[in-house]
Formats: sequence, structure tokens, C-alpha cells
Amino acid sequence: MGKKVLMKGNEAVAEAAILAGCRHYFAYPITPQSELIEYMAKKMPLVDGTFLQAESEVAAINMVLGAAACGVRVMTSSSSPGISLKQEGISYIAASRLPAVIVNVTRGGPGLGNIAPMQCDYFQATRGGGHGDYYTPVLSPSTVQEFADMAPLAFEIAEKYLTPVMILGDGMLGQMMEPVEFPDSYAPQKDPSEWALGARRTPDDRHIINSLYIDPYVLQEKTETLFEVYEEIKKNEIRFETYNMDADAKYLIVAHGTAARVAKSAVDALKEEGVELALIRPITLWPYPYDAVAEAAKGKEKVITIELSMGQMVEDVKLAVCGECPVEFIGKAGGVVFTPEEIVSLIREKIS
Amino acid sequence: MTVFKGRTKGLTDAKLSYCPGCLHGVAHRLIGESMEELGIIEKTIGIAPVGCSVFAYNFFACDVIQVPHGRAPAVATGMHRARPDRIVFTYQGDGDLAAIGTAETIHAANRSENITIFFVNNATYGMTGGQMAPTTLPGMKATTAPYGRDVSDTGYPMRLCEILSQLEMTNYIERVSLLSPKDILKAKKAVKKALQYNIDGKGLSFVEMISTCPTNWGMDPLKAREWAKENMLPVFPLGVFKDRAAEEAKEKEAE
Ligand SMILES: Cc1ncc(C[n+]2csc(CCOP(=O)(O)OP(=O)(O)O)c2C)c(N)n1
Ligand code: SF4
Repeated sequence: MGKKVLMKGNEAVAEAAILAGCRHYFAYPITPQSELIEYMAKKMPLVDGTFLQAESEVAAINMVLGAAACGVRVMTSSSSPGISLKQEGISYIAASRLPAVIVNVTRGGPGLGNIAPMQCDYFQATRGGGHGDYYTPVLSPSTVQEFADMAPLAFEIAEKYLTPVMILGDGMLGQMMEPVEFPDSYAPQKDPSEWALGARRTPDDRHIINSLYIDPYVLQEKTETLFEVYEEIKKNEIRFETYNMDADAKYLIVAHGTAARVAKSAVDALKEEGVELALIRPITLWPYPYDAVAEAAKGKEKVITIELSMGQMVEDVKLAVCGECPVEFIGKAGGVVFTPEEIVSLIREKIS
Repeated sequence: MTVFKGRTKGLTDAKLSYCPGCLHGVAHRLIGESMEELGIIEKTIGIAPVGCSVFAYNFFACDVIQVPHGRAPAVATGMHRARPDRIVFTYQGDGDLAAIGTAETIHAANRSENITIFFVNNATYGMTGGQMAPTTLPGMKATTAPYGRDVSDTGYPMRLCEILSQLEMTNYIERVSLLSPKDILKAKKAVKKALQYNIDGKGLSFVEMISTCPTNWGMDPLKAREWAKENMLPVFPLGVFKDRAAEEAKEKEAE
């Protein structure tokens, strides 16, 4: 590991992407991810990379589509309303089986909402988001270090399965500064010459990238193949973290990202008072760690889901727990992150 | 006398999916022949749009990607940035390029991306059944302009060559027609020149081809051509709107 540097999440994920070999980046400005696009504007030319400020998110994601089709490591970033515009392109990238990384530093919504950190784009991120039968692997960091580590990881997953991958941060993680360490080396890019355009190895090696299948039987077959890939992703890529799990806890907390950080401090605070709470933090939001959450919920009196939204992941928690015990929800809309005291008292209400 | 040359290597053996008498086939042939003559088939990436030419990936013998409606110039931008050593062209209809993709078109042109845009203008949305396009003529009927296009309500036909040639850095902009053999020969020159400019790294080249849609216009192919000559050409005058590289070469010579 190299030395520790103090960085904003937005900068750390950008730096990690560059270190991981990303040399193409296309985006359109939006708060709270502006530092990311600005960092790329500054750094990409220094590594002979491409930085281009697109005319819109729609254009940016289609530039990503073009670059990805040529077999380069390419990334874009945006925040909630911008991701809505990118969904058309993400659907095409997924259907065309192309690797790309999309960073979403989410904010409050719906509509223009605000620029404060929220987790209310969980549905959009984990349920395909655009049109059609598809999923996008979604990684949810909870520290600046993790935000950075997820850039190379996202490229690896994207290339292994030929899929777009989303890193779902939020305004808090994007804006906060924490010490980050970058590894000395990264996994190299997977050879794209099998499928990339402009990579002809022999005169007859014509490559076509397409998402149109007029014949319904062919589309069915293509979609089924896509879902076989998703099964592989589910088998290999589910990630989660547990906290205070060995304890003799009656209650289980489920939270991801920034909400999980606050939840962790609540677990610590309540432990001092003699209340043991187990916590599970999904790191991949799709594929979701249903089995792990179910396992963690076993024998608990109650499961409490904490989110910076009116409740979206709670539906996945309920799917996991499957009626084995009650699932309660603590949420907050508007974009103000819970204080540790606030979350402690809200949890106390739920378990008293 | 015309010599029949057989099929160009720039096109595959696949049977074209266009209606009989549709000029998309002619436009394809011109691009295929130009790629072959320039020896760039293996170095070229084509971008197929949404519209009747969505199946272009089956026809052009180069690598091809099929992309979202209107976004071809943005995709081309990403491609050209990723592979500056390749020749990238888009093939788009008027709905694709002048309606849903206006922003992508204007901005790629404004950046003068080193790409070629082939723009087939048939004054209608062919594939979806003859709805009004931004290029539909005043008074011309369309399924979504059943009483004829009323310019006071829907605006005047958009002239993309005229609009794009206003942009400082665009390299080459020409409007040609596919309506007569003589025009087709001229169009071929434009197509080839546009690709040559991109081989030479001169920036954005844009060739608009005035075409027909006999099916949706409800005319036989010959009548459609005559109608287009009479009605489209006055609104969409042919000619070179810009040839920056040629002008610069001339200036250099004068020095
Ligand atoms: C986002 C989106 N909107 C609408 C459509 C439907 N659509 C398919 S082709 C087309 C019009 C194409 O017209 P044009 O570009 O003029 O090409 P032509 O068919 O005339 O060759 C439309 C609106 C679509 N596929 N995607
Ligand atoms: S619908 Fe019109 S543009 Fe489309 S293939 Fe038929 S004639 Fe050509």
C-alpha cells in the first residue's frame, strides 16, 4: 500500500479509477459529484487520458457506450437526476454486453429535490433503472477508502461479466474527507479483442455490437443468456459486512452506505448501555445478500432497516427475512443525515 | 455509358431490408464503395441508428454498432476518442438526427469530432410509418400532420447543413441528392471526400443526402423522385456549405 492521503470521496474514486487504468471519462456537471468531474478534468490530460464534458448526461453515457464498444476502460459519474437521463444508455450498454463503470453520488429527490445526501435512488439502481429485463451490479461504499477501492473492483466485475457496474455513493461520501490508501498495483484490464470494435485480428473478423432482436424467439434467447450471466454474478459477487454479529443480540440492524456508518456508531453506543445489536451491511445492493440477511435475522426478535429514504431497501430486507420476524423501518427524507444520538433514540423506540 | 461493377466489398452479402425503390440502398452502396476504394473497410466503425436503417449492421462490411435513437454522434465521439486511429461514421435518418438527436448532432459538430455523419433526409419517419419529421415540407401530409404540416404550428423544415455550417470548427458540409444518376455520382464524390477527410483527421464531415420514402409518401419510386426534385430541392438546396480543409489549402497555396 502506498501512503495515506486525505481526500474527498469524489476525488478518491476518481484517482482510484485512473490508477486502475481508466483513461476515458465522459460526464456532465451536477452537485454533489462536481469534484469528481473536476478532478478528472485536471488529471486525465496528465495521463494522456480523455476527459470530455458532454452536452448532457444522455450524451455522456452514449460516449461511454462508444468508448466501451472499442474496448477501453471507461467511466462516467453523475448524481440522481443525471442518472435518470443516463438510464437509456445504461439499458443499451447492458443489452449490448459492454463493460463500463457509472458512479452515482446520489442526492435528494424526486424531481430536482435537493443536493443533500439521500439513498432514495435505491430502487432505480437495483431494479435495472432503464427499460427492459436487466440488472446492473451495484456497489455501496460506506467510507472514502471503500469508495476508492470500488473503482478497480467495479472495472473487474464489469469486464468479467461484460456489464455496466454502478458505484452508488451519496452526497455525504462524495463530499467528506478521509484518509485513503491506494494499492501499488491493480488487476490489469481483461483482453477485449474477442468482442470490441476496431479490433480486427483477421480480415474476416468483423465485430457487431447490437441490442436489436426483432425475432421474439431470438430476443428471448438473448435475454435468457443475459440472465445466466446474472446467475453467475449472484453466485460470485455478493458482498456484505457484519458487525457485532457474534454478540447475543436480540435485534438485527440492516443498513448500507452512509446510513450504515451512523448505524454502526449507534450499535457501539447502545452496547455501552448493555444493549447488543447485530448489524449487517450489504455492500452489493444488486446482487443483494438475501441469504446472509436471512441468516443474520435468524432467531432475532426484530429486524430494523435504516435508510436515508422513505424506505426502499426495506423491501429487500423483507424479502430476505420472509416473515420469520418483524421488520421495522427507520428512515429520513429530505437529506439530513441522522445524528448518532437521534438514531440511538429511534432504535430505542423500536426495541422498547 | 454506365459499367455495372457488381457488389462492392464494402457491403456484405446480406439482402437489404429496405422497400423496393427506397434510396437507402443507394446511400449504402455509395458508402460501401467509398470504403472499398479508400481501402478502409477493416479500419472503419459504422454506427447504425434507429429507423429504417437500423439493420445497417447487417449490411456494411466494417465493424458496426447499433445505438439508441438519435445518440449516434455521441457514441461516435466516445469511439473516436477511444480509437483515434479508426474511421468512425454514423448513418442517420432525419428523425434520428434532426429531432431526438439534435443536441448530440450540434455538439459533436461544434467540437468538430473527427467523424463522418451521413444524414439521409426523406422528410419523414419511415420506420414508424410516416409521421412528421423536422424536415417534413410545409403543407406535406404525414400521419401526425394529417392536414399537412402547418408551419405556424410546427415550425419550418429544419435545414441541418445550414445550421451546422455556422459552427466555427466543422470541416465539411455538403447536401447532395440521390434523385438522379447524375446526382448519385456527385453524392459518391461527397461521401468519399467526407471519409477521406476523416482519414486525414480534418474534423467533422457531414453529408446530407436528399432521399425518398416511396412507401410512406404513397408514390411509386419514380414518382417519388420527381416529387422530391420538385418539392424538396427548393427547400433543401444542394451544394457545399463548408469545406474548411479545402479553403485552408487554398489559402496556403496563395501564401
Ligand atoms: C427513444 C426512442 N423513441 C422513439 C423510437 C421509435 N422510432 C423508431 S424509428 C423512428 C423514426 C426514424 O425516422 P428517421 O430517423 O427519419 O429514419 P427513417 O426510418 O425515415 O429511415 C422512431 C421515432 C425509438 N426507437 N426510440
Ligand atoms: S419505409 Fe420509406 S425509408 Fe423506410 S425502407 Fe421503406 S421506403 Fe425506405
